[in-house]
Amino acid sequence: MRSGVIAKKVGMTRLFMDDGRQVPVTVLQLDNLQVVAQRTAEKDGYSAVQLGAGSAKAKRTSQAMRGHFAAAKVAPKRKIAEFRVSADNLIGVGEEISAEHFLEGQKVDVSGTSIGKGFAGAMKRHNFGGLRASHGVSISHRSHGSTGQCQDPGRVFKGKKMAGHMGAAKVTTQNLEVVKTDADRGLIMIKGAVPGSKGGWVTIKDAVKKKLPDGVPFPAALKSAAAAAAPAEETPAEAPEGGAEE
Amino acid sequence: MDLIAELEAEQIATLGKDIPDFKAGDTIRVGYKIIEGTRSRVQNYEGVCIARKGGDGIAASFTVRKISFGEGVERVFPLHSTNIDSITVVRRGKVRRAKLYYLRSRRGKSARIAEKTNYRPMRGADA
Repeated sequence: MRSGVIAKKVGMTRLFMDDGRQVPVTVLQLDNLQVVAQRTAEKDGYSAVQLGAGSAKAKRTSQAMRGHFAAAKVAPKRKIAEFRVSADNLIGVGEEISAEHFLEGQKVDVSGTSIGKGFAGAMKRHNFGGLRASHGVSISHRSHGSTGQCQDPGRVFKGKKMAGHMGAAKVTTQNLEVVKTDADRGLIMIKGAVPGSKGGWVTIKDAVKKKLPDGVPFPAALKSAAAAAAPAEETPAEAPEGGAEE
Repeated sequence: MDLIAELEAEQIATLGKDIPDFKAGDTIRVGYKIIEGTRSRVQNYEGVCIARKGGDGIAASFTVRKISFGEGVERVFPLHSTNIDSITVVRRGKVRRAKLYYLRSRRGKSARIAEKTNYRPMRGADA
């Protein structure tokens, strides 16, 4: 099991494909995404990585959290989340994850906090039909109607769908397609809508109901690995020169 | 410029569409790519542009109305669609509305649009 990522919802746009299709996409951005801590089976009884994203002012971070970030030698983070991983997929503390973590065409699950709707009626909250517009109905056109039976049982059953608080809850949308990734700017474009408002934090994981495609990076797409690969291509050209001088 | 606007501007630049200066009232010819099995061809659709929506952003679209075999037909095209091969302005119309939805209830003589004889391209726009 691979780690997921924390991303910020930037907004939605559309992409025009070469074959004439238009794809509605949500743009998600990885912002200073770093590993803050590890959980290991020996120490914690399970293995996971704790990631941090965004940047917070040190002054506005609590003393305890400042200590936690200092132990990992990372700058204070705005948002922290833990991802369960298998023991061989643990990532070193301080490593930065890039947007290439997900492949184009891959399916992912995205979780976020949905937009709050406040106290909502039964029609909006549970898709009730409401009452009739005429035929003697007065004042209660959008009410939920009856809530149960008569003297037997003489009470309203638990879990009865009624008006109440709606939204601002954790919502996961499964099997969304990754359309495009941009490692330079840390952007992941996902087909369709994603829970939450613009500027909100979401977590993206490999889809649990779909097979992982071939070629996904393990344990994660790290910026340090990408940086190590880039100079490695340049060094062979320089190395003979260095040898000649010696 | 926020990130979304930046991405949209980039995409418009990479699509590199040559969009002429046209507006509601103009008669335009749209070359639309149609894929039949394996080969693709371009079908022309000519009519009066009765509305433009969304400015020149990535989500912009325009509506073209024509009378086909006595029946009014309207098609909405995304302005930056990769399926659009070409847009050519056939005739510039003189109208006083941005949206010509009133043409839907008109037929024949009253549905005509006068030609604009003193057309000058906006500064910066290429005819």
